[in-house]
Amino acid sequence: MPDRSDVVYSYDGSFRGLMTCVYESFYAREIPGNIVSWSHGQATLYDVKEIKTDSEKARKVMKAISEKISGEAMTFVYHAFLTCLCGREAHILDFIYLGFKYGRKVMRMLTDETVYILNKAVGHLLNETALLRGFVRFSDFGGGLVATIEPKNNVLPILKYHFLSRYPQGFFLIHDKTNSLLLIADRGKSRIISVDGFTPPSAESDELRYRALWKSFYDTIAVEGRENPKCRMSHMPKRYWANMTEMSDRQGRGLFLERGLIPEGK
Amino acid sequence: MFDTEVINTDISEKLAILGAAAKYDVACTSSGVDRAGRKGGVGSTVASGICHSFAADGRCISLLKVLLSNSCVFDCSYCVNRRTNDIKRASFEPRELADLTMQFYRRNYIEGLFLSSAVIRNPDYTCEQMIKVLEILRNEYRFMGYIHAKAIPGADELLIRRIGLLADRMSVNIELPSQKSLQLLAPDKSKEKILNPMRTIQRSITESRTELVRYKSAPRFAPAGQSTQMIVGASPETDYQILTLAAALYRGYGLKRVFYSAYIPMVESRNLPALTTKPPLLREHRLYQADWLMRFYEFEPSELLDEKNPNFNPFVDPKCSWALSHLDRFPVEINSAEYETLLRIPGVGVKSAKKIVAARRSGPLDFEGLKKLGVVLKRAQYFILCKGKAMEGVRLSRESILRGLMSDRSMQLLDGLAGEQLSLYDNETVTRADVIKCLTGQM
Repeated sequence: MPDRSDVVYSYDGSFRGLMTCVYESFYAREIPGNIVSWSHGQATLYDVKEIKTDSEKARKVMKAISEKISGEAMTFVYHAFLTCLCGREAHILDFIYLGFKYGRKVMRMLTDETVYILNKAVGHLLNETALLRGFVRFSDFGGGLVATIEPKNNVLPILKYHFLSRYPQGFFLIHDKTNSLLLIADRGKSRIISVDGFTPPSAESDELRYRALWKSFYDTIAVEGRENPKCRMSHMPKRYWANMTEMSDRQGRGLFLERGLIPEGK
Repeated sequence: MFDTEVINTDISEKLAILGAAAKYDVACTSSGVDRAGRKGGVGSTVASGICHSFAADGRCISLLKVLLSNSCVFDCSYCVNRRTNDIKRASFEPRELADLTMQFYRRNYIEGLFLSSAVIRNPDYTCEQMIKVLEILRNEYRFMGYIHAKAIPGADELLIRRIGLLADRMSVNIELPSQKSLQLLAPDKSKEKILNPMRTIQRSITESRTELVRYKSAPRFAPAGQSTQMIVGASPETDYQILTLAAALYRGYGLKRVFYSAYIPMVESRNLPALTTKPPLLREHRLYQADWLMRFYEFEPSELLDEKNPNFNPFVDPKCSWALSHLDRFPVEINSAEYETLLRIPGVGVKSAKKIVAARRSGPLDFEGLKKLGVVLKRAQYFILCKGKAMEGVRLSRESILRGLMSDRSMQLLDGLAGEQLSLYDNETVTRADVIKCLTGQM
């Protein structure tokens, strides 16, 4: 692996863009000091090299990863790209170099710092995706379903498979507020687009009725004498509550009441 | 006899009554079967199960768990729905409940339905009503999500079989861990009444599996298997008796899960613990830990407990407790031990044991590396060597191990429990040293 250079790569923030960066790095025999997305556009003391996304170059890199390392490693790299890990692009580049050196064995090098950092980040992504399969709350607007999520990671490209399978006939939208993305799914087909903002229509009486029924079921089901706010919080972290029907209004008065049980700043 | 007649109520009141009546059934998992959605249908299932929410008691909410009715003709003394208890009664219309399930499912509130019922008129009639709900869901609405149905003890075998073809999981609650306690507390239920449907379900599952090998389209009977539940602390059985029974059920009836439910006194009865008794939550927790060890770590009940020590230690978990009484097997060299040996180290789980086996193939592991693999060194440190060396500053003596394992949490427990559950100690001011002495057998 060549030494880290003073140059910074700047790319369009897409996965193929990042793969193009890997291509450039490989053929220029240089390791950029960092790889940043255009949208970050921060001033830097380094030289900035703009990398234009090139599908053909990206394809070659992905093929090389699959063949020289493994298919599993290719999936891992894509997942790593979706994480919210700070500076993930540079770590991914390091990982690919490591993989080219060690081959498929790299996936087992769990104590290597690069592999460890990416593994942890990917674990966080997959865990968040798994939680959201349950925590997403749809509202029904005349037969179409709409949900809002605020994940830390970019979960939609993975999460969509679950809901496409769950509602094979349905029409539904999931708005990812954090990443300004919107999943549009219609009878088993889907796409993800960028959106600046998205406001769902206001709920009708039937929708409000089922929300109320669900809330009352939620409150009924807990066994008195076994209250355990700490356990609930560790399974269902508070940052998801705002978008969950049964928890959303606990942000105000309800939460205040519960604070008596949960000391803040723990 | 109190009123078992059904008062006409609106759906929100029914949901409140019949949800509350079902909540003491602890099983709420949607696990055990993978089924992708299909065109023309609604829903899918995921083998690992999905939790949709967590209630204020910290337990997972995965299914719409309700009774079809709470108007019971039975009179089990530990049960809130017993005939002689003066409570509000309600029943769902089959279609009403099927519609509610679909509406909740669409909104991703739930993975499916957990349907149980009090015994309306008689067990057969109750089963027929339950079948109506499931048929509307499966045949009319093409519902492909998860269904857990309770078999009603005493119902006709044919009805149980029909339910099994519509449901993913079935369960019969064993209720109490011995026949004697059953006779005393649930006079309308007998060991046979409970074990017979369990056997029917087991046989049907096996038959359906063999048929599936021959015909791919053969209908599947309860593909997510069978589970049961027993109440802990309402009757005098020991942990050892309970665990032995659970092991027999796993083996003899092919159960997927046994659930344990700490008894919460709701009824004044000379046969039951006093109303002021707190539910034995820690005991329930220990039983789940031990159950886990039996299912995933290949422990036998007799390795964990015996006639002489028939109950779990409140201060250390069953795995630590086992390790402490088998110190001759430790320390274990991480870089060469077999997978099965790694599994028995406190602080090493199934995941981290697998990671150790994978990672050490590309080079020897040290303590720093183990941390990265997710090993809980706080516990594991007393039982392991890396490249022949123990962790710095760790003394592998019984005394120091206990001192370490007994740390903060157990001490908190001590504060909370002293004088309440620990009749072990007459003296209420139990000190840390006392406990260590007790555990090391010096007391």
